[in-house]
Amino acid sequence: MGSYVPNRKSEQEAMLKEIGYQSFDDMFSVIPDSVKLKAPLNLPKGKSELETANCIKAMAAKNKSYRGIFRGAGAYNHYIPSIVRQITSKEEFVTAYTPYQAEISQGILQSIFEYQTLICQLTGMDVSNASVYDGATAAAEACAMCKDRKRKTFFVSETVDPKITAVIKTYSFGSGCEVVMVPAKEGKTDLAKAKEMMADAGAASLLVQQPNYYGLIEDVRGAVDAAHEAGAKAIVSCNPFSLAVLETPAEAGADVAVGEAQPLGLPLAFGGPYIGFMACTHDMMRKLPGRIVGQTEDDNGNRAFVLTLQAREQHIRREKASSNICSNEALCAMTVSVYLGAMGEKGVTEVAKQCINKAHYLQKGLSEAGLTKTYEGEFFHEFVTTVKGSAEELCEKLEEKGYLAGLPISEHELLWCATEMNTKEQMDEVIALVKEVVA
Amino acid sequence: MSTPTELKFSKSHEWVKEEGDVMVIGLTDFAQSELGDLVFVNLPEEGDEVEAGEAFGDVESVKAVSDVFSPVSGEVCEINEDLLDNPAAINEDAYGAWLIKVKNVTDTEELMDAAEYDKFCESEK
Amino acid sequence: MELIFELGQEGRGLDLLPECDVCEVTLDAPKRAGKMHLPHVSETELSRHYTRLAKRTHGVNDGFYPLGSCTMKYNPKVNEEMAALPGFTSVHPLAPVESVQGCLEVLYTLQEDLKEIAGMDHFTLQPAAGAHGEFTGLLLIKAYHKANGDEKRTKIIVPDSAHGTNPASAAMAGFEIVNIPSGEDGCVDVEALKAAVGEDTAGLMLTNPNTVGIFDKNILEITEIIHKAGGLCYYDGANLNAIMGQCRPGDMGFDVVHLNLHKTFSTPHGGGGPGSGPVGCKDILAPFLPGSYAVKTADGYEYEGCEESIGSMRSFAGNFLVIVKALTYVTTLGAEGIKEASQNAVLNANYMRVKLADVYDMAYDVTCMHEFVMTLEKKKKEINITAMDIAKAMLDYGIHPPTMYFPLIVHEALMVEPTETETKEEMDYVIEVLREIMAKAKEDPEYIQHSPHHTVIGRPDEVKAARTPVVTYEF
Repeated sequence: MGSYVPNRKSEQEAMLKEIGYQSFDDMFSVIPDSVKLKAPLNLPKGKSELETANCIKAMAAKNKSYRGIFRGAGAYNHYIPSIVRQITSKEEFVTAYTPYQAEISQGILQSIFEYQTLICQLTGMDVSNASVYDGATAAAEACAMCKDRKRKTFFVSETVDPKITAVIKTYSFGSGCEVVMVPAKEGKTDLAKAKEMMADAGAASLLVQQPNYYGLIEDVRGAVDAAHEAGAKAIVSCNPFSLAVLETPAEAGADVAVGEAQPLGLPLAFGGPYIGFMACTHDMMRKLPGRIVGQTEDDNGNRAFVLTLQAREQHIRREKASSNICSNEALCAMTVSVYLGAMGEKGVTEVAKQCINKAHYLQKGLSEAGLTKTYEGEFFHEFVTTVKGSAEELCEKLEEKGYLAGLPISEHELLWCATEMNTKEQMDEVIALVKEVVA
Repeated sequence: MSTPTELKFSKSHEWVKEEGDVMVIGLTDFAQSELGDLVFVNLPEEGDEVEAGEAFGDVESVKAVSDVFSPVSGEVCEINEDLLDNPAAINEDAYGAWLIKVKNVTDTEELMDAAEYDKFCESEK
Repeated sequence: MELIFELGQEGRGLDLLPECDVCEVTLDAPKRAGKMHLPHVSETELSRHYTRLAKRTHGVNDGFYPLGSCTMKYNPKVNEEMAALPGFTSVHPLAPVESVQGCLEVLYTLQEDLKEIAGMDHFTLQPAAGAHGEFTGLLLIKAYHKANGDEKRTKIIVPDSAHGTNPASAAMAGFEIVNIPSGEDGCVDVEALKAAVGEDTAGLMLTNPNTVGIFDKNILEITEIIHKAGGLCYYDGANLNAIMGQCRPGDMGFDVVHLNLHKTFSTPHGGGGPGSGPVGCKDILAPFLPGSYAVKTADGYEYEGCEESIGSMRSFAGNFLVIVKALTYVTTLGAEGIKEASQNAVLNANYMRVKLADVYDMAYDVTCMHEFVMTLEKKKKEINITAMDIAKAMLDYGIHPPTMYFPLIVHEALMVEPTETETKEEMDYVIEVLREIMAKAKEDPEYIQHSPHHTVIGRPDEVKAARTPVVTYEF
């Protein structure tokens, strides 16, 4: 069997004797017999490292590897520079706990401070936390930030990723707040309707997504105004690359900006670990959940970083805390920081532009191949097409050729995505395949 | 710091000053020294109702948060907004840095005078 | 040291992307107006910056890390290698079920293993961390009472020794919290519990061993009191490392548990995350489980979800790569290895407790489980040396201090959890260091009060940080 216990059996026995126990059973006599396990756990026998590795590798080998991925819908395939994995594999970073002891945790603390700064640079907001679990939980936490004694209804656009909406609804089942869906019109948030619905409805917040689930670019400024008109806060869930080219949430007047930062250096990894970013205006800083790192000085006047504003958090405020979050996604936050450090402003903007360019090239080609664009509006790097036949069948055809097609979101609709990873050659092949099938 | 004799005191370490129909409420010097350096103050809004014996806000130090209880029932008519930017004022001058003013007072809990309060603090140490 | 923003020169950077091979498109939508200040550094500068940060970071690999309640055991390297396999990292979470059979096998296998280890009937691997798991479990309890038309059950009982996430999670789930005091022995005061339960009791949250490291012998009586009152029992798995392979939450009468893969199952903490907080439950709560989980059929693995589900705790199936690491660990250890781990976790804690008891006051000087709590209350009165001072003095020896000032029921607490992966020599060294610090504290208290002396920064001014928050770099 494999084991990570360093002390040999003889040493263990000597230690037991030294501190006055006859045996392990003697020491464990503090557990009453009535609850003690009578038989060993029914698990396979332990394995050597070689056997374990073979066993896990065999599982990995059962997953299909694609030649090209044209699916996003909340998880995006982007290039990850080599340095990202190298740096984030450093043992000091990987094996540290939450930086409670600032004097020996300046590395982690500074990295989080840099991450917070980067998120504020991307979103334009004033304050960022040290991350939450993923983009969906970030949106749910953002809604919770906006409620107060009089306002307990969260308005969410129907064009928000349904996975995010589901999490907001689940969190709200806990808090007892109401979630009201704002309908879509031609694939975008119906702002006139939103205004009408939110008036005198105890609206705490309005959440829109940029670009939205269908890839379309929303009128964020209009949504922000609608929210503010109703006395509610405006939350924008954004794709990080869109921030490099589109008006930022801060420029549009949003109160809270959230999103999934997986596209910034984290692999697809079957859905996790990912990382939710959360940033807000200065006025809402104390409502921001989770850890926040602040800059201060040590007793010699040196720059120093510490976890700050901790009295908001569960370990001090307990049941009155705004959130229960404790562990976050610190190493993923560092991954995002290294990624942004490697890409720089030029690289991030270039990725955003290539995403736009390639998605438009793909859309045009697919349209010529017979897949019509479902919505008229301007899109970023995702778009929906309508197919006359079965969307699933079309996927299967591409699957046979090693391509992961757009995601079927209804019987006849596919949600496509293109990024800098998709070459013109690949796209031409996919377009040709689609043409064959549709014809 | 000597305890001002014109004030009354609660067992939860708030002081009360009568200004005509209005009651001014703050934290005592004993409370601030026990709490240590304060870093933030959460106060109610003007117009909120407070109830004797119930928390109306809290004060934060770096590692703790403590409720502040109202010794009276009534309606908040003013809050000390300066404290929101400068909570240290409570540490510097607890009897000058009032927290809230309450009007339409309907009920007051039993309060101590300065001498009684000093004795009470002695027993709390 | 410099921030990344203070390095490099405008225009410097890495050459990472090919030129775009399709024509350019310009959008009409409103454009970003403000400049985006991102680092402009070469690969050399980027690499060295993080190496410098790494040197200013202390991980388990740097030395002893007895952070109580956090189970900072060694993180095996094979786990990391398995989680980095491209066969896992490149999988899109929305790929068709036939193409993700390997991932589903990982989920299914770990679900099954955790069921056996915790004594539960079902598991969801979706929750991303311990607190997230607590929230999930409490929503299950809420959904259960609701389905039974028993919505008057609005209160969750939490002992005053509980971790802050317990009451915070219960509050997020919409419950009122009833705090019950612990007894003299640090365990649940059974009489106080009896007095606290009633028709409004939704459930109890407990960890066993509790937060002072003691196994609560009355556990069966405690869970029975709750069940008789109509409530359910929640097990916080933070301390599972003490008992895995010895006894199981399911056999103690718990209905729902969360486990911390980043504690008990050796996945690293990454400076605060990612973790993973799977939730297990008995059959009565299964209809409400969130998300979808893996099931095994004749044709392979599939997803399944519940009709009465509470919904979804996050996107997708969970922190998958963390799950891979935990599965690697359980596969390596097997039944005997798991038991051996808990045996040695408890042995190491008791070894240190006994060896330190003549110099440090123990909050409860009885056989502990995987951790124990020392109290500096007397020393503070006698020589004005606090738990914080001892902790800070340890930093000068390259040792991570124990958890300070927790649990709240012990004054001036230092909570020590050595874990099973430390050698006897390492513990003997740390015991010696702790003795030396106390001797020094008596001889020259001022020196200890001003510790640390040899770290990259001295004690930081936390008051300044909180009074005038500076939370981003000013360009």
